[in-house]
Parts: sequence; structure tokens; C-alpha cells
Amino acid sequence: MRSIRLEPRAEQSLLASFLVSGSAILLTLLAGSMLFVFYGKSPVAGFHAFFVEPLQTQYGIGEVLLKMTPLLLIAQGLAIGFRARIWNIGAEGQLILGAIAAGTVAIWFETSDSLFLLPGMIIVGALAGMAWAGIAAWLRVTFNANEILVTFMLSNIALQLLYYLVTGPLRDPQGFNFPQSVTFSDAAMFSILLEDTRVSTALIIALVASIAAWIFVRRSMLGYQLIVGGLAPAAAQYAGFSAKRTIWISLLIGGAAAGIAGVGEVSGPLGMLQRNISPGYGYAAIIVAFLGALHPIGIIFSSALMALIYVGGDYARLSIGLPSAVTTIFQGMLLTFYLASSLLLSYKIRFSDPRVAIQRSPAS
Amino acid sequence: MMDPIIFVLAGTLAAGTSMLFAAMGELVAEKSGVLNLGVEGMMAVGAAAGFVTVATTGSHSLGFLVGALTAGLLSLVHAILVTVFLANQVASGLAVGILGLGVSAAIGKNFEGTTVEPLAKLDIPLLSDFPVIGPGLFSQDIMVYLAMLLAFGIWFLMNRTKPGLIIRSIGESPAAAHALGYRVLLIRALCVLFGGAMAGIGGAYLATAYTPLWAEGMVAGRGWIVVALIVFGTWIVPRIVLGAYLFGAVTLLELSIQAMGLNIPSQLLSASPYIITIIVLAVISRNKTLISLNSPVSLGQTFKAGS
Repeated sequence: MRSIRLEPRAEQSLLASFLVSGSAILLTLLAGSMLFVFYGKSPVAGFHAFFVEPLQTQYGIGEVLLKMTPLLLIAQGLAIGFRARIWNIGAEGQLILGAIAAGTVAIWFETSDSLFLLPGMIIVGALAGMAWAGIAAWLRVTFNANEILVTFMLSNIALQLLYYLVTGPLRDPQGFNFPQSVTFSDAAMFSILLEDTRVSTALIIALVASIAAWIFVRRSMLGYQLIVGGLAPAAAQYAGFSAKRTIWISLLIGGAAAGIAGVGEVSGPLGMLQRNISPGYGYAAIIVAFLGALHPIGIIFSSALMALIYVGGDYARLSIGLPSAVTTIFQGMLLTFYLASSLLLSYKIRFSDPRVAIQRSPAS
Repeated sequence: MMDPIIFVLAGTLAAGTSMLFAAMGELVAEKSGVLNLGVEGMMAVGAAAGFVTVATTGSHSLGFLVGALTAGLLSLVHAILVTVFLANQVASGLAVGILGLGVSAAIGKNFEGTTVEPLAKLDIPLLSDFPVIGPGLFSQDIMVYLAMLLAFGIWFLMNRTKPGLIIRSIGESPAAAHALGYRVLLIRALCVLFGGAMAGIGGAYLATAYTPLWAEGMVAGRGWIVVALIVFGTWIVPRIVLGAYLFGAVTLLELSIQAMGLNIPSQLLSASPYIITIIVLAVISRNKTLISLNSPVSLGQTFKAGS
């Protein structure tokens, strides 16, 4: 009789990380094709609509890059916390707060054409995201309140705050009672990066943030402390790395990144404050961070894939009539299969004959 | 016009019922050492499957059964991920939760905005004739009483029976339970499965009895409040029951304050359950001894035999 054993791997290779992500994508596509069949579409037509059509036009590619921007930015921030096992799942709310704060500045200086307006909004947006995440850090550090639950609850509160503001204090007085603010001035907007698309220079910020994240994780002492804190809390404590500081830094970085992503949305494709600022970027970014193996380079690829799923979902709805729920199911499947595949990252699978093992054991 | 006190009493019990079902399931899973953050998604799947079943067959019992089975199936994914694939419980719960929201939207897509006949109210003889308290407490649908019965059953199972003791020992020390010959992973998987099925019934109750109307996203954060309820209740059944009804009352607050015509922004009222959750969570978690005495020691940790 042969049995299957799991043997811990001594070290995890980068190649293995990418293999795991590849396997997750492959399994998702496989399960996805069954989903297409379930909806009475041929998998070929489904995949064509989802993954080929968006990439056939410059506009489509632009849309992918547009949606990649917030995902990339948020996931880089979240991954730093996840490595330290600080679970900020409320990036959606931090994004909304960043959007609200930056939007308020843009509305306040409605007629300004200052070159400093947009940079000011970015800073204010980052600070607002940090403040919102900071509430969770403070509650965790002083009251031991679980940050998973608190960050999630804060997201729902942020959404209600946004609804209140766009139907009340920040509503456009000439806007026929529509729940939206005035349109931002040009000085409050990111400029377009690629002609004939909606891709803005916010994408550059996201890419620069990725490089910064790479340096932080690979080259800084603080980044190292966070990783040790996540992998071996006891060792981190012996080394004198502060657990409280880990919590603060993880949440503040995540909040800042999500806040800036919020600025990118209102000062990019939206150009105003409105009820719908994000189609769940804050939650999708959690998947992006994992699928990128919590690695700054991996996250660049996984954010592009997730953006393609968002855009592809729209295309598939319009061209072959697939419901938008398919996009959410794809997102859930990606993380599910990633976690299943991850087993291969930490363990080797050995097929062994237990009788042989018993016979051998006295000799060894 | 209903007497306001009757309205609040009756409403509180009905509003707390969906959360009570899900919370009892989540409690059993957590007692065995598995955190399930996917409750929201499982309630959503149970709600959609239950609603569609009642809308097509007209049978409420079948609706609850299908709701429980569908959500149970989803929780099986979580169970397998955390036991066989040794996945991180937080990440796995989130994955399954997102999956559940997607599946729920897909199931209910063609039923958006439709209604079903709500579950019939039962008048308990004699008791329901009592003034005020009678119609408030004793004129509810059967699931309200079954939820209470379930809570009692779980309390009894956990504290007075051998299977309960085994589940608790697995949650406290899976290695010791394994050494005693208990099948840790199998029992954990079964507990997660039970949790999923109960979340499904809770969701189905929402969609077919509490507000018998299908709208995507109708679970509206209740699954997350359930996860928080377990912490508030410090893993003790009577406290969790109290918490479920208290939060039922909070969700009702929104309606009552609007009915009273007070000039409070509706968004503040909508946010109030979340604000209150955060405050209560902070107040209770502050007492670290209380939490560490009652929370299962191995909660959130993967277990691999022989490691």
C-alpha cells in the first residue's frame, strides 16, 4: 500500500511561487469553462469575450490599464501588511475616504488652476486613507480589537459617509438633485497618459509605488522586521521588533495606498464625487495581493490579470450576455485555487510505501 | 396600527433569528478551531437558493433544506482548503465568501425584485393571548422558535455531551486530540459543514421569511456581524443569543427612528450597526483575559498530523 505524505520544503523558491499562481489561473480557467457551458455558451466564445476581446483594441487595453491602477496600488500596500499577518480587509473604505478627502479639496478650490492642487489632493487622500486604517490600528493596539472585523465595518461606514456627503453637503447645487458633486477643474485631474484611452498618470504612481514596495520589502530593515513578525512572532519579539509598530505600519501603509487609489479614481475616470466610486477594488486587491504571492513584482502581473477579468466581464456581458456575477465568481475561484495550489509551495508531496519506511527506520 | 412595544418585541426576535442561526453554526466551527470568515457569502448563497426554491415550489421547508445544502456545499470548499490543503483560514474564508457572493448573485439573477409568500406565523395557544407580550413573543413563525431550540441544543451539545467535549478538545489542542485517536481534520470539516448549513438556513430565513423579497446583497453585512457576535459573546452560547437579538434590535432601530420622524440622516442610521459593532468589539476585546480564557486556543491555526 502506498501512502501520500507531505514533507515541508526547506525553502520556498520564487519560481515555485509563480508556478502556484500559474496553476491557480489554469484551474480557474478550467472551472470557468464549465461555468460558460452552464450558461449555455461555448468556452471558446466565453474566453474570447473575457480575455481576447478587451486586448484587441487600444481602448480595451486602456481600460485594463485603467482598472489595473487602483488594484496595483492597493495590493502593494495590503501585501506588506499580509506578510506581517495583519489583515486589512477594509481597503475599500480607505479608498473611499481618500476619494472623499481629495474630492472635498477639489470642490473647495473649484476654480483653482494651481499646479499644486493635484499633488495636494494626493497627499490629503493618502492621509485620509491612513486615518481610516489608523482607527483599526489604534483599536487593535489599545483595545486588542480584531482588525479584520474593524476594517470591514469601517468600509461600510465609509460608504454611508460617502452617500451622506454626495446627497447633502458636497452635492452640486446646480446638479438637479443628482447624488454627485460638481465636476472637478482640470487642475484637480490627472492628465491622460495614453491618447484615445482613459489611462491617467496615476498608473505611473502605482508603478513607482511597486518599486518602492520592492525596496521596502527587500532592502529595508523595517520591511524585514515586518516579515519576521509574520513568519515567527516569537523570534521577532526576542529580536526586540515591536508588535505594535508592525500593526501601525502595516495598516498605515495599506491605508495610504488605498487612499491614493481613491484619488486616482475621482481625479481620473470619474472627475467628481458620486455614489459609486469603486466596483470593489478594495476587496479584489486582497486577491491580487495573494495571487501575486505577496511579491511586489508578482503583484504587477496579478493586478493586470484582475483588471482584465473586470474589463473582460463587461465585454462578456455585452457581447455574449453573461451575467456580471461571473466576474465575482472568477475572483473567488482565483483565490480559492491559489490557496489550494499553495500547498505545493510549502510542502513536497511524497508517495511512499509505509512498510518500506518501517523496515528502513531502524537502520537510519 | 400595531402597538409600538409589540412591534419592537416581535421585530427584535424576527430580526435576530437569521443571525442566531448563522452564529450557532459559526460557534461550532470556531469551537473546533476553524475560523470561517465566509459566513456572509454562505448566508447570501443560502438566501438565494432558499428564495429561488420557495419561489418555484412554494414550499418553505424545501427552501430551508436547499438553502442549507447549497451553503453547506460552499462551506465544504472552506473545510477542504483549511484541512486538506492547510490553507490560511483567514484567506480561505475570504475566498469562499467572495465566491459565495458571486454564486448568490448568479442564482438569484432572474428573481431580482420578486417576492414570495412569507412563512406563516404560529400563534402559540394561550400564551399568544397575553396582552402585549403575547403577540410580541408568542406569535412568530416557526423558525424563530427553532433558532432558540437550536441555541439550546448547541449549548447542551457543547457543555453536556461527549461529542461536544471532543469538538472542544480539538479546538483547544488538536495535537492532543489527535494523539488520543480522534480524527481531527474530519471532525473539523464536519463542524465547518454544519456552520455553513446553519448560515444557509439563516440566509434562507432572511429571504423567505424576514423580508420575503429577493434583492442582491440583501444579507447586507449580517454575516460579518455574526463573526463579531462570537467574539462579543466570548464563545458562550447564552451571551451570543443575547447578542444576536440585541443586534436584531439595532437593525430595527433604523426603521423605528424613521417611523418616529426624527431628523437623523438615514445614512447614519444605516451605518449604526457597524459603528456599534466596532464599539462593542473594542470594549469586550479590551479584557484580554476574558477573550483568552474563552476563545479556542487553536482557533485560526492549521493542523497537520505528525508535525
